[in-house]
Amino acid sequence: MTTSCDVLIQGGGGAGCSAALHMAQRGLRVVLLERGLVGGQASGVNYGGVRQQGRHPAELPIARRSREIWGRLKELIGTDAEFEVTGHLKLARDEAEEAELIAYLDVAKAYDLPLRMIGRNAIHQEYAWLGPKVVAGSFAPEDGSANPRLLVPALARAARAAGADIREHAEVVEHAHDGTRFHLRTSGGDSFAAPVLLNMAGFWGGALAARFGEPVPVVPLSPNMAVTEPVRYFIEPNLGVVGGNVYLRQIRRGNVIIGGGHGESDPAVPWSRPLPEVTLQTLRRAVELVPALAGVNIIRSWSGIDGKMPDRIPVIGPSRTTPGLFHAFGFSGHGFQLGPGIGAIMAELVLDGRTDIPLDAFRIDRFLETAA
Amino acid sequence: MKLVRLRDDARPRIALTLEGARIEAQQGDTLLTALLAAGAGYLRESEFEDGPRAGFCLMGACQDCWVTVVGRGRVRACATLAEPGMEVSRG
Amino acid sequence: MRVAVVGAGPAGVRAVEALVAAGLTPVWIDEAPDGGGRIYQRPPPGLLRDPGKLYGFEAGPATALHAALDALKPRTDWRPETLVWHLRPGAQRLSTLHRGRQAELAYDAAILCTGAMDRVIPIPGWTWPGVTTLGAAQIALKTQGCGIGRRVVFLGTGPLLWLVAYQYAKAGAQVAAVLDTTPFATKAMAAPGLLRGGTTFAKGLYYTAWLRARGVRIAEGITPLAIEGTAHGVTGVAWRDSAGRTHHVDCDATGMGWGLKPEAQLADLAAVPFRFDAQQHNWVPQRDAAGRTPVPGIYLAGDGAGIGGAEVAEIAGARAALALLEDSGHRVDAAQVTRLDARLARQARFRTALERAFPFPAALARAMADDTILCRCEGLRAGELRAAARAEAATGPAPEVNRAKAFTRVGMGRCQGRICGAAAAEILAAELGRDVAEVGRLRGQPPVKPIPIAPAAEAA
Repeated sequence: MTTSCDVLIQGGGGAGCSAALHMAQRGLRVVLLERGLVGGQASGVNYGGVRQQGRHPAELPIARRSREIWGRLKELIGTDAEFEVTGHLKLARDEAEEAELIAYLDVAKAYDLPLRMIGRNAIHQEYAWLGPKVVAGSFAPEDGSANPRLLVPALARAARAAGADIREHAEVVEHAHDGTRFHLRTSGGDSFAAPVLLNMAGFWGGALAARFGEPVPVVPLSPNMAVTEPVRYFIEPNLGVVGGNVYLRQIRRGNVIIGGGHGESDPAVPWSRPLPEVTLQTLRRAVELVPALAGVNIIRSWSGIDGKMPDRIPVIGPSRTTPGLFHAFGFSGHGFQLGPGIGAIMAELVLDGRTDIPLDAFRIDRFLETAA
Repeated sequence: MKLVRLRDDARPRIALTLEGARIEAQQGDTLLTALLAAGAGYLRESEFEDGPRAGFCLMGACQDCWVTVVGRGRVRACATLAEPGMEVSRG
Repeated sequence: MRVAVVGAGPAGVRAVEALVAAGLTPVWIDEAPDGGGRIYQRPPPGLLRDPGKLYGFEAGPATALHAALDALKPRTDWRPETLVWHLRPGAQRLSTLHRGRQAELAYDAAILCTGAMDRVIPIPGWTWPGVTTLGAAQIALKTQGCGIGRRVVFLGTGPLLWLVAYQYAKAGAQVAAVLDTTPFATKAMAAPGLLRGGTTFAKGLYYTAWLRARGVRIAEGITPLAIEGTAHGVTGVAWRDSAGRTHHVDCDATGMGWGLKPEAQLADLAAVPFRFDAQQHNWVPQRDAAGRTPVPGIYLAGDGAGIGGAEVAEIAGARAALALLEDSGHRVDAAQVTRLDARLARQARFRTALERAFPFPAALARAMADDTILCRCEGLRAGELRAAARAEAATGPAPEVNRAKAFTRVGMGRCQGRICGAAAAEILAAELGRDVAEVGRLRGQPPVKPIPIAPAAEAA
């Protein structure tokens, strides 16, 4: 028996579940198919940064839109997913990095992103716990962090409450398009049909796009994450650096979450693991930023699988080959903050046929052009 | 929690400090033994306000006996030998 | 060929012995300064006593194992006080930590002899200072000459319960009570099978009789209600007998435990699949009778591969080493292999009887009161896990333990679920109306134990 609906979504990450929620709220019959559990990969195991600062300019309108949703998450999904507006402090460790921070001030201004530069002397006065290698920082007061383990399941709960049919452990093994409708079959033997299909399958979105004649150069990306035991709370802002080779934040319970570099993975199984040498290298960078972390114990490390594009920005928008197919995948390791906004934008694309957010930079055929 | 010395109680005495106060222990004591036999009562406070802890497994598995030693950093009290002059603090 | 042996307890010693006999020089790693494992753990210098006093009935095997250990050390790359905190099967590398120093170690084959720890069921008051595991109570006495208190209650089930109580009484501590959650009838029914196990059962009977003869209060088939105490320590234990009457006894310390569970984190990181062993009521890494795992180059022996006790561990250690040698093209003595296999098979039959005699009281874990601390690292209470399970099951698929961990932080603290994992799975299974094997097990994540962040100066 085939389940017919208005929209099929493949992929139950933050973006997919948010899309299901936003479309169900506007009355569409939505079925979301997730191979594992919602939020099981990149959306659920990432660092938890809710960051606008430092993004590619093309992403900023989405990030702004998403930030607005983050601010009313509790009304929307019944929990704030531990979202806290701590500010994001991006640090420079030499003059070249400082110059990058200064250059980004203009980008931020163009997109109305509040951002404050903190110079050499002031940075150590304001944040006495920073190490001597830090020479400057820029502070985005609206940014913060949240608990990635909580966000996506809560989005899924809210979507289900709004009428969306979210199926977990439902791996799609067959895709077909008959000219007007998509026909999907899962490994469990269930069949689904709808005129609209959203490809929100992260790294695996590449295979789905290829299935419809739009191959893209997406590769798996596994962030290397670790967390410390709880210690006295003293690092308020979410910390990053120019270049992004280390990032860390402390939660109120005291644990410090530290990311940087990449682990190893096999998306075919799928499995992903942090690499010990990467963890140790990241810890060396972290203790340079915050010397007081010396001696604090790491109690756990982990990774997940995201899709990375060559230009490090996602694919978002309608298919060029198949009417009714829309893509949003390849968030390249920084999709957590964008997820809620992407869902809203996809709902607009499907329901209104348009969105105010400029998406040209994210079109799927951009790689064909560079190849040509 | 008070550890009670039942056997081998005639070893050479050593002195260390807990939160600055002098504690007498015996050669061959772990830090856990040294502190809890001397009446320290507990080794650390739970971070989540459910009371003091004094170690549970004594085999390096439960992670409930972490203390800090000047010059050594944080150590498991059950798996660290007490040495003369060690300056120990809880947690 | 680079062979690594992790652990220098009964299994590790006999594995290394067989490897050395075949002309290999394995890297031999142990967390303790002087090996011996938990059962034959050696006291620090200065506390070395007559082995008869230190190990009781086990003095013979302990002395023999220590002699083998000392003779083997110089013939291996011996690395004491070293933690293996990660193992990458694909790259065949171990990550180690020795006195704050990190090192990577390449291996072609590894035998993991990582031992076991007490299996505990949280009961109200179990986090008070003065409550320890049974293993801890024994270690305090054996290696430190100390009792965990002056007047001690021992609570739980299994051979260790009676052994530790006996050892305490013998050492001059006051044993306020021995409270066994297993009814006498259950043990009696398993007696015929236990008798086949030779001395182990006889020793158990001896300890029980000895304690009774000295008037130690003994209760079987009980349900523990609470360990009473204050921030200053334990003041007593309350329980309910099989007839439903409640009792109380004053004490200043409590040792508790319900059998053992494998410390199998390294096997987990090595990607060895696990199965739920219904008889042991434990998740155990998959291996064949010789200790081979489905992961090439990874062998398991001893309690870390499934609880069998020290005697089995010694045989299994030697057997796993022979399997490794066989697999890598060395000639092994077929008669020795047959002999070891026969001994392992005999021991397995005895183990079945022992597990029947001292079953894990899953119902006790499942009935844990909502306000009892379940995860002592994270301060999480049983009711919080139940609420999260209900909420999730109401809308999505019923959560397994790792999902429950993501929602509630159960098993997310410093010990990584070693202590609370078994009980958490029971609570989750009960709440969802499922079998405990269906809710899975907490997956291991590196590091196996906490590792400190090095200071910036050292990093440079």
